[in-house]
Amino acid sequence: MSATEATADEPKGKKSLTPSQTLRRLVQGDLSSVRVVLGLVVIAIIFQVQEPRFLSAQNLTNLMLQITTIGLISVGIVYVLLLGEIDLSVGAVSGLSAAVMAVLSVNHGWNAYLAIAAAVAVGATIGFAQGSLFSRFVIPSFVVTLAGLLAWEGALLQVLGKTGSLNITDPKITGLANTFYSDTVGWIFAAVIIGAYGAVLALGYRKRVVAGLADGGPLSLIVRFVFLSALVIGAVAILNSDRGVPLAVMILLGFVVGMEYVAKRTGFGRHVFAVGGNAEAARRAGIRVNRVRVAVFMISGSMAAIGGVMAASRLFAVNQNSGGNELLLLAIAGPVIAGTSLFGGRGSVWTALLGALVIGSISNGMDLLSLSSAVKLMVTGGVLLLAVLVDAIARQQRQTSGRV
Amino acid sequence: MSPGAPLLELEGVSKRFGPVQALDRVDFAVSAGEVVGLVGDNGAGKSTLVKAIAGINTIDDGAIRFEGQEVSISKPQDATALGIATVYQDLALCDNLDVVNNLFLGREELAPGVGRASRQLDEVKMEHETADLLSNLAVTIPSLRSEVGTLSGGQRQQVAVARSLLGEPKVVLLDEPTAALGVPQTKQVLALIRRLRERDLGVVVISHNLVDVFEIADRIFVLRLGRSAGNFAANEITEEQVVGAITGLGDRDKQEQPAEEGK
Repeated sequence: MSATEATADEPKGKKSLTPSQTLRRLVQGDLSSVRVVLGLVVIAIIFQVQEPRFLSAQNLTNLMLQITTIGLISVGIVYVLLLGEIDLSVGAVSGLSAAVMAVLSVNHGWNAYLAIAAAVAVGATIGFAQGSLFSRFVIPSFVVTLAGLLAWEGALLQVLGKTGSLNITDPKITGLANTFYSDTVGWIFAAVIIGAYGAVLALGYRKRVVAGLADGGPLSLIVRFVFLSALVIGAVAILNSDRGVPLAVMILLGFVVGMEYVAKRTGFGRHVFAVGGNAEAARRAGIRVNRVRVAVFMISGSMAAIGGVMAASRLFAVNQNSGGNELLLLAIAGPVIAGTSLFGGRGSVWTALLGALVIGSISNGMDLLSLSSAVKLMVTGGVLLLAVLVDAIARQQRQTSGRV
Repeated sequence: MSPGAPLLELEGVSKRFGPVQALDRVDFAVSAGEVVGLVGDNGAGKSTLVKAIAGINTIDDGAIRFEGQEVSISKPQDATALGIATVYQDLALCDNLDVVNNLFLGREELAPGVGRASRQLDEVKMEHETADLLSNLAVTIPSLRSEVGTLSGGQRQQVAVARSLLGEPKVVLLDEPTAALGVPQTKQVLALIRRLRERDLGVVVISHNLVDVFEIADRIFVLRLGRSAGNFAANEITEEQVVGAITGLGDRDKQEQPAEEGK
């Protein structure tokens, strides 16, 4: 950093970092994820003590299948939260999109992939409409999507017709949530993921070294690499000892990684953060703010539809309850619990996965303990409130101590 | 363009908002390597004039010439394309993004690849260019990867000014660059403005703070009630005279001066 080298008189501008600074950077980069991982460990210990089946391979596989829908919907929600907005329609959109897919597949005999594409198109179109209304007429997104929530729930009932339920028979659709890979394929996945992650880290580091921008050695990268490798190997080993790596998990991971790439590495993602941080600044910088907003709501609608398809696949059916109940709130709560700010401009797509894991673990553990839904709802509500409090306190601290 | 000819020249510019004549046949000019202080009371038309140059408001009447050519500026992109950059009072920085990302906001460098949307940001290149630009300007920021929200007011202002230079502008408009800054931070920003002048840019500084204006400006241009109320070389005028021109009491003062002295 030549700019900081020029300021050698300033103590902060020193090029080489002390080990403690390196450690702080390492932690700061993923501070909220560290917090969540610790939370997960605590949850696991609590439930494991009460119910030894909690950490069994079978239950962990079930857990992964249970969180697929929430995780996928949360991926879209993360984008909306990054804008500092909210999309209350995602639950209803996931139900409606799945119903459209089911009707096209079952009643009209459409090809499975075409029916799924139609479902995603429904989600994207709804997102486009809601995003346009919100950005063009400056109606709060809360209101637009609340109207959407009611309207699309009505549309779901309409599409399902008198029977109120449709059983999905096409194996291509039901296979999405009910396919498990053999042990060999699972290990190939693990090798590919670890290899790709290592290559990305190494290439990125080399590029910075060549450009003379590297600060600190590769230690923090090696730590991250070892940590992720251990995680992947452990996860595949556990999944393989039950039914194998589920396709649904790979779909969720694929979307999380892909959408994280878009959010953090592309110009569009950068513009989402900018609009969420300071929309006026983004506008003056020449960013077409309304386009970004509409695109984000289209992402949110599309991810809701994909989540709905996965839910239908897992249930082998679409019914009047699809996308209902607490799905919406849990999909929003997940990323917030895992550290995506409700106030916009801060967060990552990983929080969709981490948050779904937290919420899924709590829900799964309480199911194992056969707690009543009264207790379950109250506990989940408490966890959500706690997460929002942590977010708000972190924001206050930034505001009071942030500006040096 | 002959040497010494104005880089940007406004002639007889008028702007009316309903019944309010915000600008009334104003002539204004700034040359390369010159800092012009634009002063005036609240509502004198300073912001309207800057917005007209920046393309936020279009003028009703008059002519704008840039490098001797008559131009029409009807939207911000026109001004940017000509090489006119504006740094607004409220800075327009994203607190949640780091220095590099704020500098390149809206003009991110992309790595080679297919499709605008899927191409990766070239963070390394952006960080490199940011470091070069800031060290050229002798701007000191602890870390280029620190969030702008954590910087001091002076550092933020310097980042905002540095950002305006990325598009290689010829004229930079600064709206109240030293408002709400402490003494050392004000010094930093004024030093930065001097370096803009050394780079042969035409600089227009709007300010309420006459001390700062006198410290930095080569020429002081006074607006009062939408009209030109004076265009002075900074070293040939006193602060009292500028205040007189701003408040409109200057002419009367001159007439009344003997009487006052007599008292």
